[in-house]
Amino acid sequence: MHLDALMLSRLQFAFTIAFHIIFPSFTIGLASFLAVLEGLWLSTRNEAFKILYLFWIKIFAISFGMGVVTGVVMSYEIGTNWSVFSAAAAPVIGPLLAFEVLTAFFLEASFLGVMLFGWRKVGPRLHFAATVLVAAGTLISAFWIISANSWMQYPTGYVRLANGALRAVDWAEVIFSPTLPIRLVHMVLAAFLTTSLVVGAGSAWRLLKDPDDEESCLALKMAIGMFAIVAPLQLLAGDMSGKQVLELQPAKLAAIEAFWDTKTEQAFHVVAWPDRATASNRWEVSIPKLGSLITSGDVGTEIQSLKAFEPADRSPVAVVFWAFRVMVGLGLAMIGLGLWGGILCWRGGLGQARLFLAATIAMGPAGFVAVVAGWIVAEVGRQPYVIYGVLRTADAVSPVTGGEVSASLIAFMAIYALIFTAGALYILRLIDEGPQARGTSQPMTPRPPGYALAAAPDEPGAAP
Amino acid sequence: MSLDLPLIWAAIIAIAVMMYVMLDGFDLGIGILFPFARSPAERDLMMASVAPVWDGNETWLVLGGGGLFAAFPAAYAALLPALYPPVLAMLLGLILRGVAFEFRARSRARGRALWTAAFAGGSVVATSAQGLVLGGFIQGVILKDGGFAGRPFDWLSTYTLLVAAGLVAGYALLGAGWLIWRTEGELQQRARRWAWLALPAVAVLLAAVSFATLLVHPEVAARWGWRGDGFDLKGLARLSPIPLLGAAGLALAAFGLRRRSHGWPFAGALLVFLSGYLGLAAGFFPYVVPYMLTFRQAANADNALALLLVGAAILLPAIIGYSFWVYWIFRGKVTADAGYH
Repeated sequence: MHLDALMLSRLQFAFTIAFHIIFPSFTIGLASFLAVLEGLWLSTRNEAFKILYLFWIKIFAISFGMGVVTGVVMSYEIGTNWSVFSAAAAPVIGPLLAFEVLTAFFLEASFLGVMLFGWRKVGPRLHFAATVLVAAGTLISAFWIISANSWMQYPTGYVRLANGALRAVDWAEVIFSPTLPIRLVHMVLAAFLTTSLVVGAGSAWRLLKDPDDEESCLALKMAIGMFAIVAPLQLLAGDMSGKQVLELQPAKLAAIEAFWDTKTEQAFHVVAWPDRATASNRWEVSIPKLGSLITSGDVGTEIQSLKAFEPADRSPVAVVFWAFRVMVGLGLAMIGLGLWGGILCWRGGLGQARLFLAATIAMGPAGFVAVVAGWIVAEVGRQPYVIYGVLRTADAVSPVTGGEVSASLIAFMAIYALIFTAGALYILRLIDEGPQARGTSQPMTPRPPGYALAAAPDEPGAAP
Repeated sequence: MSLDLPLIWAAIIAIAVMMYVMLDGFDLGIGILFPFARSPAERDLMMASVAPVWDGNETWLVLGGGGLFAAFPAAYAALLPALYPPVLAMLLGLILRGVAFEFRARSRARGRALWTAAFAGGSVVATSAQGLVLGGFIQGVILKDGGFAGRPFDWLSTYTLLVAAGLVAGYALLGAGWLIWRTEGELQQRARRWAWLALPAVAVLLAAVSFATLLVHPEVAARWGWRGDGFDLKGLARLSPIPLLGAAGLALAAFGLRRRSHGWPFAGALLVFLSGYLGLAAGFFPYVVPYMLTFRQAANADNALALLLVGAAILLPAIIGYSFWVYWIFRGKVTADAGYH
């Protein structure tokens, strides 16, 4: 691996975007969860919903802040490191990214202020509206970014002019490129799964410490309800997305499954060691014929495979192959957890099922890992292109020096390590204290929106 | 259609950047002034005064970047690689100060000291880096075939350092003005002292940067009427409202401070920034990369600009409307119980 500005820029972009996506995939779901909690509280006046709202909003504030600051980076990094890409792609996807700012970012940022600090400034209904708007903003943001990314995965609605520049000719085809619908569903479901697993793990942790914690039991049930339903749906969405990849990005599909030879009755490789140098799998554990069946729905389908593409047009197969298996493996585990939890909810005794609680805690981070693995499949899988079939990643890099990029990459790693450690610590600390905490770092008893909060800080010099 | 789309978009981007400078300017200024607060409680109050709005303020920066990408991609692609180190430094500074809002409130003793330092340090780094970006932008970027063709440290010069110093002083003045407006008692008193210190620094640095810009750019000097051996008074007179506006801003801030006014020092500081911004526009219009690339050359395809304009025409008024509403919700003096933590 030669560490020039290109390689370093790829590493830096991969690192900063993988770090960034952790937060949106959590806050998209959490914002909706908070909207549901506040709505339930307003309609039922059940205090437990209010307590849960006031608890999870603190975790939301930490995660959202981290998502914002790591997201601002992305809007400039496209220019600092990928200026050739930005100049080429802007005539087509420029408006999409600008619309993300105009429709989503301002909405989220402005109403987040009301959501967090507006308790005594606006009435309960207006406060609820602010929560709903923030939740809507996160989903709108997901729409535009998936729209732009889907166009880069399978560009439609554009032409290439004589001078090589790209021009949009049909905005509907640009914005709603063929892979958008299912990829948007896949991402939003992933976000809901991620959030429900974290909410489930946090609540399970509390229940292990105190089986009578009613709010945590309620939150755990809500989380189980979410992932028990969404995890199987996600399998379905993922399968539909995979069938589309087979049709539109056959090179990526072949990398996902490590298919080297084009043929019918492909075997399914459960595990394998794909090697690009020899254009084969060094070893594999396979189930005959299942590969064709899973990817196309028919054993007799001929699956176009890696050798049908020039070696220079193949992605790093092993990375894609393994990232896909991590994602699917975790997805299947989530379905299992949902079934188990569903049975326990039905039979009762959730608070005493220590093994299940431990498993739920262990699965807490699974959503994040699966999301990052899934994005690795999507992004590494379409290499060597940054705009599929149009612009190669190697041709997209800025005229910057390796020295500049290595310095910034090291700085990113150091600062992200610091903020990740701190953010995780503060979130875990909050989860450990639980919704009912009246301990040192939680000065107030939970109050409904629109009511005066306890004014006295818990310690001299405590934060607002 | 006879709409001059590139011109409209040049105006929109210019206004977005100005909104950013004025809005995030005061909350970065709070960070710059952070180390000078007397007590942790005072720092809590300073932070609480901007906590509900800083995120919205910073979104104007994302609009500046995203908007430049969407409307003037050639400028975006030329400038950002040229200014790579200061742009990245700005982003890292903004990360540290941004997370500090929540982290500082959640941390205990040692962590709190760390995030207090991160908020102040991040704000100073981000502001200085913005000054270096601005200075590097003004002094010009070497382009070849539309791409950056200069060296990695072209942006670093005595001139850009001077601009950075000016911006730090300017944001500090904005921050102090904001605090005078939004706090009371001892902290407000202290903010007045900070403003009294920042004001002459801003006056001197603004004048120094203005003259240095004339030296750095003969073309700019010519626009202001400098003929090489003397001033052409007609050219100078035409643009004289701009420096006069700056002087009026400084005078208004000083007058407001003397009269112990709550609002006028902040208004004066905003006028100073407006005059500096108009001065830039007068010196560089129609260039988006000074004296290399005009906004017309850098503009995106007309159909992209048209689509963007349809969206912006609906969304920008709504954004300005609800941003104003949020400021209105949080009007008045900030109190110690403003938080939710």
